[in-house]
Formats: sequence, C-alpha cells, structure tokens
Amino acid sequence: MTPRPPPDADGVRAPAAPGDRRLATRLATWALRHAQVFFESLGRLSRTPFSTLMTAAVIGIALALPTGLHVILKNLQQLGGGLESAARISLFLKKDTSEAAARRMVRELSALPEVARVRYISRDEALAEFKRLSGFGAALDALAENPLPAVIVVTPALRQAPEAAARLLAQFKAYPAVDLAQLDQQWIQRLYALMDIAARGVQVLAVLLALGVVLVVGNTIRLAIQNRRDEIVIIKLIGGTDAFIRRPFLYAGFWYGLMGGAAAWLFIALALGALAGPVDQLAALYHSGFSLQGLGAEGAAVLMGLSVVLGLAGSWLAVGRHLREIEPR
Amino acid sequence: MIRFSNVTKRYPGGQEALSDVSLHLAPGEMAFLTGHSGAGKSTLLKLIALLERATRGQVVINGQNLAKLGRRRVPLLRRNIGIIFQDHRLLLDRTVYDNVALPLIIAGFPAREIGRRVRAALDKVDLLGKERAYPITLSGGEQQRVGIARAIVTKPPILLADEPTGNLDPDLSREIMGLFDQFNQVGVTVLVASHDLDLIRTMNKRILVLRQGRLVDDTAAAA
Ligand SMILES: Nc1ncnc2c1ncn2[C@@H]1O[C@H](COP(=O)(O)OP(=O)(O)OP(=O)(O)O)[C@@H](O)[C@H]1O
Ligand SMILES: [Mg+2]
Repeated sequence: MTPRPPPDADGVRAPAAPGDRRLATRLATWALRHAQVFFESLGRLSRTPFSTLMTAAVIGIALALPTGLHVILKNLQQLGGGLESAARISLFLKKDTSEAAARRMVRELSALPEVARVRYISRDEALAEFKRLSGFGAALDALAENPLPAVIVVTPALRQAPEAAARLLAQFKAYPAVDLAQLDQQWIQRLYALMDIAARGVQVLAVLLALGVVLVVGNTIRLAIQNRRDEIVIIKLIGGTDAFIRRPFLYAGFWYGLMGGAAAWLFIALALGALAGPVDQLAALYHSGFSLQGLGAEGAAVLMGLSVVLGLAGSWLAVGRHLREIEPR
Repeated sequence: MIRFSNVTKRYPGGQEALSDVSLHLAPGEMAFLTGHSGAGKSTLLKLIALLERATRGQVVINGQNLAKLGRRRVPLLRRNIGIIFQDHRLLLDRTVYDNVALPLIIAGFPAREIGRRVRAALDKVDLLGKERAYPITLSGGEQQRVGIARAIVTKPPILLADEPTGNLDPDLSREIMGLFDQFNQVGVTVLVASHDLDLIRTMNKRILVLRQGRLVDDTAAAA
C-alpha cells in the first residue's frame, strides 16, 4: 500500500474551528442562536394552535384555582381587618343599678365620638330573651328573683384601630355601675382561625396543582420529543451536543409556562370581574368602603414567574429522561 | 488518521460483525471498503463515528483513542467527520439550504459565514438553484448530493460514506464517486463503503475487502 504523504501544513483540511474566532463574535453568535431558537420554538407551537392553547388552558386552570382562592382569602382578611375594630363591647351592669341610672349612662355613652351605637338590654328584656332562646322558661319562673344583669352593648365607631377598642374597654371598666366589661372578639378570632386553615388548604392545593403543571408540561414535551425523534437522531449524527438538542424543548417549556400563567391571570381577572358588581352592592348596603382587590401587578408578575419556572421544570424533566434514550444507529 | 488495531465488534446477542480487524488510513488517503452484504462494512464505519463502540481492540481517530472518549466528547468527534448515508437522512421539513446549514449552526459558526459556506458547498454538488427546495421535491441523486453538501460544509478532515450510490444509476454513481475524489484531492481522508465493485475498480484507489467480519484483502491504488 502506498499511503499519500500527509497534506501540507497550511491546514486545508482542518475545519476553521469556532474556537479560533474572537470572543465577541462568538458571544454574538451564541446570543443570536439563542434568540432564534427562542422564537423558533414559539413559531413551532403556533403551528399547532389548538393543542398549544389547550395545554396553556390546562396550566391556566391549574394555576388559577389556588391563585384565585388565595386572592379571595386576601380579600377576606382585609374585610376581617375592618371588622376587628367593629368589635362589640358588652357592659354588664351591677344588679343594684337603677333603670334611670342605666338610661343616663346609655345617653352619656352615645355622646362619645368613638362610639357608633349603643343598645340597652334591661334586666327584664334580658330575662325574656334568655327564656326564649334557652327554653328554660319554667325553671327560671321558679326563681324568686331575676338572676340576669342589665347589659349595655357598645359598638365602637368603624375605621378605628383595634387598640381603640381596648382603650374604650379600659375606660368603661372604670364606670362605677359596670360590673364586668367584655370585648366580644371571639368570633373574629374564630374567623381568623378558619382563614388560617383555609390558607393552609390553599397551600396544599397549590403544591399539588403545581406538580400537575410540571407533569402536564413534561408529558407535552415528551410527545414533542417523540415526534421529532428523527430530527434528534440526525442532529446527534452531525455532532449536535445535548445542550443544543435540549434548547428548543426547554424554550417550549418556557413558552408553555408563560402562556399558562397568562391564561391563569385571565381566568382570575374574569372571575373577579364577575364578582366585583355584586360585592360592591353588598358593601354599599353595609356602608362599607370595601371593594374586591385583584392580583395586582406584583401578584401577576409572581404568578407568571412561577408558571414559567414550572414550565421549565416540566420540560427539563422530560428532556432529561427522554433525550438520552435517542441515539443514532 | 484512522487506525484500527485488532478490533472486534460483537452486537449484543449476535455473532461477531467484525473480527480482529487491523487497518490504517493515513491523513489525506482515500479507500473503498467492500464485501458482501453482512460482511461488516457499515459496522466498521459506525465504529469510526462512535455510532457503535468496539467490543475489543483499539480505534484511534486523528490521534484520539475512541475507547477513552466520554459521552460528552462524542459530538466534537462527529463534527470532524462528515458522514453520508445511503438513505441520506435529510430533515424533510426543512429546505435544502437549512439542511446544509445545520452542521454550521451546531458548530456555532457566525451567521454571515454560514450563507457563504452553504452556497459554496451547494455549488460543489451543483445544487445552487435548489436552495429553497424541500428534499422530497428532489430526485434521489439530488437528495444524495444534498447529503454530501451537508457532510462537507464544515470542511471536516474525514469523510465517510456508506453505500452512497446504492440507489443511483451508473452515470450518477460515477459522478458522486468523482466528487469524493475531488474532496480527497484537497486533502480530506475519505472512506467509502460500497459493493459496486465495477465502479470501484475504475476509481484507482486503495480497496479494503471484508468477508464475514474479517479484512481479507487490501489492494493499494496503482501508481
Ligand atoms: N444493530 C445490530 N444488532 C445486531 N446485529 C447487527 C446490528 N447491525 C448489524 N448487525 C449484524 O452485523 C453484521 C454486519 O452488519 P453490517 O451492517 O455491518 O453489514 P454490511 O457489510 O454493511 O452489509 P450491507 O452491505 O447489507 O449493508 C450482520 O450479520 C448484521 O446482521
Ligand atoms: Mg451496510
């Protein structure tokens, strides 16, 4: 055999390796490539608009559910904050307080600017109400004397700090006729406890549905990988790296996440829009300045960001699992 | 450039496709690989591009021992090898231009260089007018030439072809083999698997003959 002499050293054969070029050019090329693949993967999704929108809607619903519940809870908390200052104070009067003295005290309290409303329940009224509500009428009749005190129920003016109610309480305790003064806040505390439980429930739901989003995107990307199997094989044959092959699928996951986030935002906006009218009417009936708060710009940004992260996570999962299995033969 | 030392390849569950093959192709050399169907021609080419790994023995490409080449380095090896298949393996949903540009994009060539190189490669295979066409609209010979343009567009130092003329008529086959000869003239190491002995003999190149996985003949080109 007569092998040819090696070709001369002017490098006819050596491919001009990209490594030879200036860094700036390489960076520009790299960025351009990314931008191209970024929009190419969007173009690819837009060529199957129906299935793309379906996937986005599924993600949107999965995200809108916990996010919407979160928004509702936030509104309830805001409402609860308004109610807290409206806590009622019950003043139980000493039994020897005369009816006239009690009436005088009611007038005095009504005049205070911090007080919105005062209701007086005389001993007889209290007894009648108790009989009606408890059903112990006969037993009470057997008693020689009415055991119940008269009560003055004071509703502090709205839009006051919660401390104001406490201050009023201390003030009322000092009245000589007052036996016992009680700030009736229990139901608000119960409401808060309930809302804490609900918030925890929403968190659990959010985690589950986020997992669902990852799986939905993962499955969608898995199908896309299978559809483009031949292409992947060819790219591997001509020296495409894993990163190169991965890129369009990761960007597709990004787009799914973004579209799903936008869909979720839209769903929430529509739902809140439908609720806003009735809520405003209700608030007007109660002379409350309350109005439904939406997600806000910050909330929308967080929703989008999370959605994109979930989309990327889903595609990363699919790509990691399935690209390795495809090897040229 | 290509060195096999006592290479054996056994497919899982099969018999030996290559048995104890040793050969050396110097840089810039051109050779044909021939033998009956099932003799192991494709297998030998696959070992060079790491589409398969040798069971025993050493394959050294461009000074690199392939047994020591990790998964992550495989793409870099393949960028230095242009491969041409009988079924050309083009992307059917992309134009001729995009198919030929793909290796350049993968290797990270800057945009303005890509257009120039793609057109130069298409010019070499006489397909400049078909840039915008899709592969299915081309004849078999034209598709094969697109595959060749894609294999040479990055100017790799090694060119492998597996039955590149399998489906083509004699004139076209000769034309394609002539192209390989041209690349070899500018220094590319070329290895072509083919069972078209008549055509091969007219090319006046080194001929390697496989029989049942063994290298049984190695005829140098006539001076
Ligand atoms: N992936 C595989 N798994 C198992 N056996 C294989 C595989 N590929 C090839 N073989 C076997 O290895 C042997 C050599 O096959 P190879 O494809 O290298 O032959 P060839 O010379 O290219 O044949 P042809 O001229 O028909 O293309 C054959 O016996 C074949 O059955
Ligand atoms: Mg073969």
